[in-house]
Amino acid sequence: MTAQPKQTALATENLAAVELDGVRLALGDIRFAFDGRIPAGRITAVTGPSGSGKSTLLNLIAGFEMPDAGRVRLAGQDVTRLHPGARPLSLVFQDHNLFAHLDLFTNIGLGVHPALKLTGEDRTRISAALQRVGLAGYEGRKPGTLSGGERQRAAFARALVRQRPLLLLDEPFAALDPGLRLAMADLLSGLHQETGASIVLVTHDPGEVMRLADEVIYLSTGKILFHGDRHAFCAQTAHPEISKFVASS
Amino acid sequence: MRKIHSFAFAALAALSVSLPAMAADKPVLTVYTYESFTAEWGPGPKVKAAFEKTCNCTLNFVSVADGVALLTRLKLEGTSSNADVALGLDTNLVQEARETGLFAEHGIDTAAAKVPGGFSDPVFVPYDYGHFAVVYDTQTIKTPPKSLKELVEGDPSQKIAIEDPRTSTPGLGLLLWVKSVYGDKAPEAWAKLRGRILTVTPGWSEAYGLFTKGEVPMVFSYVTSPAYHVMEEKTDRYQAARFEEGHYIQIEVSGLLKATRQKELAQQFLAFTLSPAFQSIIPTTNWMMPAAATVEPLPEAFGKLVSPSKTFLMSPEEVSRNRQGWIREWLAAMSMN
Amino acid sequence: MLGTGEVRRGLAAGGASLAAIGGLVTLPTGALLALAPASSAGTLFDSYTLSLLRFTLLQATLSTLLSVALALPVALALARRAAFPGRIWILRLMAVPMGLPVLIGALGLIGIFGRQGLVNRLLAIAGVDHPVNIYGLSGILLAHVFFNLPLACRLMLAGLERVPAEDWRLAASLGLGRLSLLRHVELPALARVLPGAAGLIFMLCATSFTLVLVLGGGPAATTLEVAIYQSLRFDFDPARAVALSLLQIALTGLVLAVLSRLPAAEGSRGEGRIPRRFDGEGFGSRIMDTLAILLATLFLVLPLGAIAAAGLKADLLRLISLPAFHQALLTSLAIALTAGLLSLLTASGILTAQAAIADRRHPSPVLRVFGRALSALSSLVLLVPPVVLGTGWFLLIRPHADVARVAPLLIAAINMLMALPFVMRVLAPAFESHRLRTTRLAASLNVTGLARLRLVDAPILARPMLMALSFAMALSLGDLGAVALFGSQDLVTLPWLVYSRLGSYRTQDADGLALLLGLLCLALTALGTAGQRRQP
Repeated sequence: MTAQPKQTALATENLAAVELDGVRLALGDIRFAFDGRIPAGRITAVTGPSGSGKSTLLNLIAGFEMPDAGRVRLAGQDVTRLHPGARPLSLVFQDHNLFAHLDLFTNIGLGVHPALKLTGEDRTRISAALQRVGLAGYEGRKPGTLSGGERQRAAFARALVRQRPLLLLDEPFAALDPGLRLAMADLLSGLHQETGASIVLVTHDPGEVMRLADEVIYLSTGKILFHGDRHAFCAQTAHPEISKFVASS
Repeated sequence: MRKIHSFAFAALAALSVSLPAMAADKPVLTVYTYESFTAEWGPGPKVKAAFEKTCNCTLNFVSVADGVALLTRLKLEGTSSNADVALGLDTNLVQEARETGLFAEHGIDTAAAKVPGGFSDPVFVPYDYGHFAVVYDTQTIKTPPKSLKELVEGDPSQKIAIEDPRTSTPGLGLLLWVKSVYGDKAPEAWAKLRGRILTVTPGWSEAYGLFTKGEVPMVFSYVTSPAYHVMEEKTDRYQAARFEEGHYIQIEVSGLLKATRQKELAQQFLAFTLSPAFQSIIPTTNWMMPAAATVEPLPEAFGKLVSPSKTFLMSPEEVSRNRQGWIREWLAAMSMN
Repeated sequence: MLGTGEVRRGLAAGGASLAAIGGLVTLPTGALLALAPASSAGTLFDSYTLSLLRFTLLQATLSTLLSVALALPVALALARRAAFPGRIWILRLMAVPMGLPVLIGALGLIGIFGRQGLVNRLLAIAGVDHPVNIYGLSGILLAHVFFNLPLACRLMLAGLERVPAEDWRLAASLGLGRLSLLRHVELPALARVLPGAAGLIFMLCATSFTLVLVLGGGPAATTLEVAIYQSLRFDFDPARAVALSLLQIALTGLVLAVLSRLPAAEGSRGEGRIPRRFDGEGFGSRIMDTLAILLATLFLVLPLGAIAAAGLKADLLRLISLPAFHQALLTSLAIALTAGLLSLLTASGILTAQAAIADRRHPSPVLRVFGRALSALSSLVLLVPPVVLGTGWFLLIRPHADVARVAPLLIAAINMLMALPFVMRVLAPAFESHRLRTTRLAASLNVTGLARLRLVDAPILARPMLMALSFAMALSLGDLGAVALFGSQDLVTLPWLVYSRLGSYRTQDADGLALLLGLLCLALTALGTAGQRRQP
């Protein structure tokens, strides 16, 4: 496959992490229309009511959906027709982030090299990543023996070793209980500060938006209703729907 | 088994290569026959040995499931068949076989053949025969039926297993037997007999299996069947019932293929089938009656077999002409509510 | 979501499978029709054919309903009682009827339920002087349930075992009662396998031949398959045989189409935990489940026991030492293995193509038709009478090669076709849930090609593949039909050996060989389900 761009997130201000240029997609009755630039090096929360298109937006960026029209660019590179695995990004889903039959080391190793050709240095990095997310010594464990929170930590560890400039998170904490969510949010902030990667976080939780996001994209029925920094998001009065969302945090 | 084969399990393809034993300089005679003829206990191995002693040739059997399959195989192969001789058709198949146009007149002297009812044909040579009979278990049946009429009208709680005339030659034999005895009244006879019939099986093996398992005390089989049990199993528990009206006969024949390139050798083989050497092998391997003189008198067990007072045999043309109609008649009589 | 290469390869694999199946079926049919002499196909719809049709559909429908309905409580009980003593062996025994030549199975059944069978002897001792008579529709149904209840049970159990651990936990936490659990968890899981299982059983019963004649009691019980056999073997009327085959395919296809309209629930995904059941703790529930399992086992074991008892009377040591037995064993195993591997290959091709099509959100009409053709063909092949396939292929091959040399491969290919629907039933749900669990993740990590096969697919799919292989091999081992057509003394399989002994008064040898064949099937299934207990 194509060579993975190895640059870390030192993208300049004018090179957006994600650029959606006239992206259009019809799924069932809903017509999605996305335009905009997601800045590099920041945490952008994508939020909105159920069915507004949060996951669709993420899937378009990740490559799980092909737009009917328009272009998707990552760090200036047109990836519209690129297979998900060939895009310079990492993903963490709400669940099913790990192959159930493989141990954590192998699961994370697959993120480094898809055919598992690992160097000694890679192995050290995998163990270090596990340690960083609080799973030191868990290399040989199978996902089935872990708690939900531990499985998400393992997924973060994999994102860490992949060193991609963009990290997409699809409701990564939704399946966890509230106490655990706070701890995981802290972990995510920490990782963001260490790597400087651009992060796009899909969430329906206003609290998470307030806690984590630098920027906010608010979707409604397949369109971007608001896109701006978090303070502007909290202060806006044009959309009562958004005000209500902010007030519920 | 006599044949030599080497199975080459080439990779997973399991392509087998069969190499019949043959010496390059000797002519090869290919005889198509049915499977039980060539089985290790059948006549095949002995016949091969005996014939090869006299012919300076190699006798090669190719066997299929039964006589019907044999004819089908010949029809499918047509004039390009490898067969020189077909051995194992019965009288009911003769007409159809003749109509294929694949057979040539045998041109040999068949005076040695002595078959009840007499069978003489320019194309087909009889090599053995057997009268059909109801075989019963003496442990269950104390007073066996003495005639077809008694079978038809007897106690319906004493059951019989018969074969289906649509799929088997013994089944067709019973159909023709009933027709020979009852004529136009055959449907009524079948309707009456129906109550005694436990089941109608697709072939002889199934019916006889039910019989030897003790599930049914009577089965439609051959007069010669008890001989097998006496000689191989040393028991006279199973006996054939002698029917006053007479018994229908099945004659097995062989014939010469037009397309053969070994006509003389094939004729030599057909003549051999009527010789005492061949005929002596038949009774205790094929469990049928020899169609000509044997070297020694038949074993004692054969002497005790039922000898029918009369032999029924319809001409092949008549069978061929009426088979479909009579089967339809049988179906109607057997399916009526 | 799949790479374009993966989609292309998947569609190509499906195309190859489709071509293989289509070729195997249509070429010989064409050859037969080309040969066709004067045809009586014009009188196809006489009252005889209509009555055959009526009876075929009646007995197949009843057989299917009974098999499925009776298998249901057994499957539910077996799913609930993972620790039932001897459970794995009960499951393995369930594969044995499939590998038995039907006549042997019928004789085993008769040993128990026949006029002189165990049941009637017990009834006589109990003073009931009216023996139970199974000959007729009841005998046919009994035999079909004997052969197909185990199949239905195994397929349903596989469906229940795919319910993720999370669902059982959720159900337990909600305190769902027996009925709610059945309605909301178990039935939806069964609904995914039921149409397929029922369709398969329907086809098997509709094309049943020997069982129907032996146990049917008279010509009123006759299936279309008998007429097809008769018209090709006895009347040598290929046109009529083909026409009747088409009629059989069309009619049964119609029933299958109706079955396929049954709503099937979405496949579910779990985190791969070993499911643990929290229900069925009550005393009554234990008793009922135990009863269901024991009754089914008894129903299965008694006739098998009758076969074994008969077989033990034979001189087994002599049979085992016969060169003919060795030869037949090797031939049977080689053909069965080839047929099994071919059916795995073909089924994988079909499933990969279907996954590639499912991957498209808007598949083109051509692709949609292609996908439908794949599912239809893979199940309908069971309806093409082997006698038609065999005769047609004989015609095709003979002018070009020695049929005897090609016969083993051809028999394997025909057995492959017969096994395909079974293999698909085992593999399709396994492939589907595997696809749901892994496609997105594998795509996001760019794990493709051989690496994907080695790391992601092989470890998970190896077990269903092994199970499917043992299914297919057992089926091929028990098959007589395809062999009988090419029958030559150089090609003898185990069932052929059994039948040839039965055909020459040698019933005891046949019993002994049948026992050996049954044991072989059992050993194969044991291999196919090996390691099922060792799973952590």
